[in-house]
Amino acid sequence: MPTLPTSMVPLLNPILARLMAGVLALLVIGTIVGVVLARRATSETAKATVANLNARIRAWWVMVVVFAIAVATGGVGSIILFAAMSFLALREFMTLTPTSRADHGVLFWAFFIFAPIQYVLVWMQWYGLFAILIPVYAFVTIPGRMALAGDTTRFLERAATVQWALLACVYCVSYAPALLMLVVPDYAGGRTGLLFYLVLIAQLNDVLQYTFGKLIGKRPIAPTVSPNKTWEGFIGGTVVTVAIGTALWWATPFTPLVAAVMSLVITIMGFAGGLTMSAIKRDRGVKDYGTLIEGHGGVLDRVDSLLFAAPVYFHLIRFFYVP
Amino acid sequence: MIERALARLARVIAGASVRFTVPLEPPERQRAYFGNHTSHLDFILIWSALPAEARLRTRPVAGADYWMRGRVRRYLATRVFHAVLIDRGGHGALTGHVREESSSRHALSHVRDDTVVPSHARDDARGAMRTIEAISEAMGDGTSIIVFPEGTRSPDGTLLPFRSGLYHLCQLKPELELVPVYLDNMTRILPKGEVLPVPLLSRVTFGAPLRMETGEAKRAFNDRMRDALLALREQ
Repeated sequence: MPTLPTSMVPLLNPILARLMAGVLALLVIGTIVGVVLARRATSETAKATVANLNARIRAWWVMVVVFAIAVATGGVGSIILFAAMSFLALREFMTLTPTSRADHGVLFWAFFIFAPIQYVLVWMQWYGLFAILIPVYAFVTIPGRMALAGDTTRFLERAATVQWALLACVYCVSYAPALLMLVVPDYAGGRTGLLFYLVLIAQLNDVLQYTFGKLIGKRPIAPTVSPNKTWEGFIGGTVVTVAIGTALWWATPFTPLVAAVMSLVITIMGFAGGLTMSAIKRDRGVKDYGTLIEGHGGVLDRVDSLLFAAPVYFHLIRFFYVP
Repeated sequence: MIERALARLARVIAGASVRFTVPLEPPERQRAYFGNHTSHLDFILIWSALPAEARLRTRPVAGADYWMRGRVRRYLATRVFHAVLIDRGGHGALTGHVREESSSRHALSHVRDDTVVPSHARDDARGAMRTIEAISEAMGDGTSIIVFPEGTRSPDGTLLPFRSGLYHLCQLKPELELVPVYLDNMTRILPKGEVLPVPLLSRVTFGAPLRMETGEAKRAFNDRMRDALLALREQ
């Protein structure tokens, strides 16, 4: 039987407050650097790069404020935030993927049945059904509904696309707020502390890989997929992210060594998520998934580093830390 | 109030990003916005994408058979969008709604509302002309309209041949500015025959205003308008 959440996390426990202060300090530094760079930029390309950087920093302010409010309200706020992100990501994903007229019914299911139920299950903390709703129940119902609609053209491809979209945009993303289900004994950060650490490391890794790539990037890792992802950016970003992740071990239930391993897992899975979504974009012939967040492409471009990292991080903690 | 909220809602459902290839100046000028037609949300979307000054002066031209059926639709059409409703059985000269069931004709015979433009001769050209005259009258000197020259919703998103309504309207109003509006992806959001929309992203592109040329033949005019609309798809 599902258990309803009994207690909300106290508003900003000391650990969260310190993490938040650190993030704000980073943003202030970033904003100052952005202003200085904008004054110094002379060439057209430099100006464009700096304008893009400043747009990203502005967007970061908004995202950090939204995320801070969501986390500070404890469980419900984060669940609503990630549910909204799933919804927007799914919409961007399905917009770029060709579907047939006959898929209208299952698309409606994906948006208005599977996605909402998945987040209700997170809120109910019903782990058993949460973990199988989309891998099992979506899988065994969507193809049948699609077959009933009668269009057999590229049938397997279409059914797989809808299933994949649900797995990536709804199932994987919902693992982030699902961290609120995990109660680690003797950990002072509360449930939102685990979530905050995941999002912080994944997004920090994104920023650092982008920065190192811009500064010293030369050799692309997968040139046909994304010329911007270079070995220099990947290694530089990973090393610094893991260093910061390790230094923040006090904010987690982990020892410093485990914190290093966890950050490494988050960075590698984050990279894999970003690369995968780039491959899909490249195949569809677009650069970004949407225009909602200025300078960042779409919501999907922002959560791609969480897609594969969230489930792995969740299960590692659940397996090793939750009695 | 209600109309502003609905305009927002329509744009949220259709995830619409709006582009103007040239600015609509001045916004309040009398125009006919003509678009490609694939879903019932189309005119609401064009209407909601217009700048507020233009929106206040713009009425959609819509089929009475669809919009007068049911209290909610009737309220929306007459009180919120102030639609110019045309009751036309089959000839669909300008608007999206060719009669879909024969019963709708009977349903309409009970409706008496001054915004419904009657057209008694259903299939002949004279009936169509009377409809166009009535639309022209409804426009007066300042009201803009939203029309769908294909005359019906395209089932798969391909642009159908244009009916002659726009041409005849321009013969009555040769100075009328014609603005092509291309709607991307609406056919996937609410295709013909579906009731529930799927919230994918769409795009509304306003093209540069056109005008009828003096002595332009119907065929040439329709081709030119259709090409202008298709050109927006490529951008």
